[in-house]
Amino acid sequence: MKHPDFDVVIVGGGHAGVEAADAARRTGARTALVTLRREDLGVMSCNPAIGGLGKGHLVREIDALGGIMGRAADASGIQYRLLNRRKGAAVQGPRTQSDRALYAAAIRNHVAEADGLTLIEAEVADLIVRDNRACGVVLADGSEVPANAVVLTTGTFLRGIIHIGDRKIEGGRMGDRPSVALANRMENLGLPLGRLKTGTPPRLAGKSINWDILQEQQADEDPTFFSFLTTKVHARQIACGITHTNAHTHDIIQKNLGRSAMYGGMIGGIGPRYCPSIEDKVVRFADKDSHQIFLEPEGLTTDVVYPNGISTSLPEDVQHDYVHSIVGLERAEILQPGYAIEYDFVDPTSLSDQLELRVLGGLHLAGQINGTTGYEEAAAQGLVAGLSAARQSLGLDPVTFSRRESYIGVMIDDLVTRGVAEPYRMFTSRAEYRLSLRADNADARLTPIGLSLGIIDDTRKQVFEAKMERLEKGRALLNSVTATPKEAQAVGITVNSDGKRRTGMELLAFPDLDIADLARISPEVSGLDCETASQLKIEATYATYVARQQKDAEALNRDEAKQIPQDFPYGEVVGLSNELRGKLTRVRPSTLGQAGRIDGMTPAALALILTKLRQLDRISA
Amino acid sequence: MMQTIFALATARGKAGVAIIRVSGPEARAIGEVLCGSVPTAGSHSLRAVRGEGGTTLDQALVLWFEGPNSFTGEDVLELHLHGSVAVVRAVEARIAATGLAREAEPGEFTKRALLNDRLDLAQVEGLGDLIEAETEAQREQAQRVFTGALSEKMAHLRELGIRAAALLTATIDFADEEVPVDVLPEVRDLLTEAMVELEQEIEGSHVAERVRDGFEVAILGAPNAGKSTLINTLAGREIAITSDIAGTTRDVLEVRLDIAGLPVTVLDTAGLRDSEDAIEVIGVSRAVERALAADLRVLLKTDDFELPTALEQNIDLVYGAKADLTGNGGISGLTGEGVDQFVADVARILSERVSKVRTAISSRQRQGMQRALVAFGHVISSVETEIAAEHVQDGLHALDSVIGHVDVEAILGEIFSRFCIGK
Repeated sequence: MKHPDFDVVIVGGGHAGVEAADAARRTGARTALVTLRREDLGVMSCNPAIGGLGKGHLVREIDALGGIMGRAADASGIQYRLLNRRKGAAVQGPRTQSDRALYAAAIRNHVAEADGLTLIEAEVADLIVRDNRACGVVLADGSEVPANAVVLTTGTFLRGIIHIGDRKIEGGRMGDRPSVALANRMENLGLPLGRLKTGTPPRLAGKSINWDILQEQQADEDPTFFSFLTTKVHARQIACGITHTNAHTHDIIQKNLGRSAMYGGMIGGIGPRYCPSIEDKVVRFADKDSHQIFLEPEGLTTDVVYPNGISTSLPEDVQHDYVHSIVGLERAEILQPGYAIEYDFVDPTSLSDQLELRVLGGLHLAGQINGTTGYEEAAAQGLVAGLSAARQSLGLDPVTFSRRESYIGVMIDDLVTRGVAEPYRMFTSRAEYRLSLRADNADARLTPIGLSLGIIDDTRKQVFEAKMERLEKGRALLNSVTATPKEAQAVGITVNSDGKRRTGMELLAFPDLDIADLARISPEVSGLDCETASQLKIEATYATYVARQQKDAEALNRDEAKQIPQDFPYGEVVGLSNELRGKLTRVRPSTLGQAGRIDGMTPAALALILTKLRQLDRISA
Repeated sequence: MMQTIFALATARGKAGVAIIRVSGPEARAIGEVLCGSVPTAGSHSLRAVRGEGGTTLDQALVLWFEGPNSFTGEDVLELHLHGSVAVVRAVEARIAATGLAREAEPGEFTKRALLNDRLDLAQVEGLGDLIEAETEAQREQAQRVFTGALSEKMAHLRELGIRAAALLTATIDFADEEVPVDVLPEVRDLLTEAMVELEQEIEGSHVAERVRDGFEVAILGAPNAGKSTLINTLAGREIAITSDIAGTTRDVLEVRLDIAGLPVTVLDTAGLRDSEDAIEVIGVSRAVERALAADLRVLLKTDDFELPTALEQNIDLVYGAKADLTGNGGISGLTGEGVDQFVADVARILSERVSKVRTAISSRQRQGMQRALVAFGHVISSVETEIAAEHVQDGLHALDSVIGHVDVEAILGEIFSRFCIGK
């Protein structure tokens, strides 16, 4: 069978794959999405939740660029909670638990309705490689899907092995088979590979849990949505149960450590420190005699419960024993045992800023295969890879997301310049411009970029422009309202009597002041709508810090603007240590700024590179 | 490829020994051309250094260091020659003639040590000072920095800052985990400890600059109180460590001395008296200014003398002038009476100040520390966690500017080792 020609073919229908496919088709590329089964689209293989700190920022950014994840999360959200609600807006992260079935349905429907996107249900057996470029894929039935560019989002399929105690199952996820030929092809490219591991907890039957004696965690009363287009809650909100491990639980685990795949020496990969198995917690924090567990229902129509906090690779009988030692879970029925999975990932320093493999043009990688973990991280990479593959295929200029304007840029830059030592997860602390890269202003930061790339539809464009207009008007109004300390004090606003006349925006920067207070100075202000008012309050709060960061960033920008050619002769740079020379040759930073972020880089070495760059400029001039 | 460089490492001129140092990839080849072979790494042996026609230029002790275990981090050859001007010149010409190396620029060996991570920036500063050191206190101070005491101190302060950042980050990025809710008291303790040390360092660095550049002691008094005589006596009795300052032969205006290992410049000032003469008034006000800028002000007191008001509160030591005439004790430059006491007093006061020197020695280091001090202060007064975290980062960057490099991985590493993250 002969498939039609495509501009871009995406392999894999997980979070990275569908976002890549959607970004590619929105760019205008004829796009094929190849996945084993239609039902695999939008499956949450681990925790049934979207967002969190840093992760919520990523989802907002994906949405601001017209992506799918935010809308699917809102279509399935059953317990919205804004994390860090009591802290400043810059570090608040939207999160929700999602109904698995609703989430997958939202994704499936979107893919089915999307123009320019063809879904192919098949197993990809191999790549088509011509002139050292990936130009399509070969399916298991031998047929070919030709394309100008390929995006591989195959998760943990490279030598993926599942461990339950001493039982081993080959495969990427429970029930999936690995694609051997494709894996061999990847291995034969001679890419630097690393090995990681991750784990999941046993799944429990909700009806077997004694909810009555457990503490509850409720959803927020005023939910914070992911998508800038969402205006209402779509699904019924539910509560989670909270319980704890105890000394007896720890005893059981301690006694059986030798039978754990991770501790019995059966797994060599490196696991994430921020998501340790229960074995890890018991060993590494031996002084703690209790750890918290959240019992999260996986949906409104299913009885499956995800006990968040006890992922494990112990044998099934031990899992039974320790689960039953926990309050409320004495009679809990295990529907599916917890397991650990180890897999190979491609060292992401072998990728360009567009997530394209340097050694094989046209092949883009996104998601877990790049050493990341998390749906949100995968989706954000998918968006970048899909967009880049499409633009490359259509002969458009490449796009680079910068650290200054998005968490997406922070993540891509971290991956391609520093590589990963453990599964990479987003944190707000990774973003040095955290105070300006907020979840609340993701649209202001990124939708204009999306518009210039032509990937934003009319509905979103209108919503965005209307919101920006309201904000601009509000800002102008607050800048026109001014008050001397005396005038401010007269209406009960405490400011220093320094004689300085302040604008409404400047007054709003005071922590305990809000729009209602300003209305006492100028009644006009009370005409601002709630959303605009709270957005302006956030802007005012961070204004001085953002301005200072702006200045730092400008200094940095000189480095960022200094391009390093891909064929830069590091071997000729006199005085560079062999170690750094090796790293630079491997990573091939595209700017001086990126070079500066390589692990172990010294100011002296940067100066040497800069000197060489100047020399080269002189020669070519 | 890095070029090979060579230079005379000892002072030029006649001496017992002269050392020529060669550093770089061709060092071994040069050793082989000149001496037939080089000794095994880290050892030395006696070899004939041969000229172009095979003539012997000198018998030299040859030392061989293999990179990275050398001062520069590269292969290093050292030729310990007899300290003859002619021998040195001949061997230098021979090395140049091989075409394998060029003469080093000033400071180039040290620069290579820096580039090869054998020294950090502070250590280079320490090394510079060590080479310049003329007195015992200067040597001790430079040695401390060169051997990495400042680097260690910065590492310690950074550790405190990173722990504070980790605590703040834990409450931000792991809000839904079992981490402590109120970390501010611990953050405050950590940063207060850092700030106390920073303040001491900053204070000490001012004194350290004096140790490096010299303390100034101004001698004040009426005209003819015996100031110049005292200075002349000091110049004759103590170790005058420089002789190239203008006018050092007879009518000494200032003299640089080594007092208790400290470099001290004793200044003569114009006699202080009220005057109608416009030119003399200018001279007196300059003397007052100069005296105020000095580290110590010593008054030689005579009966009818009144101090200008600007100096009244600023006199550190007072002695009766012309003890040989008054017979009331005090100082006499002429007979030497009281001069020992004067030297002892100056030594005591300055030594006390020097005891405040910690590890920082330069104004560049001080500026970095001052920025860190201000930033940590902001952390303590911040209400919002994310703003506090921002200031900790600023402080860490400021400390970095003194020595090294911090990044988010260091902070996350600290969190993961302290808290059980992952519910």
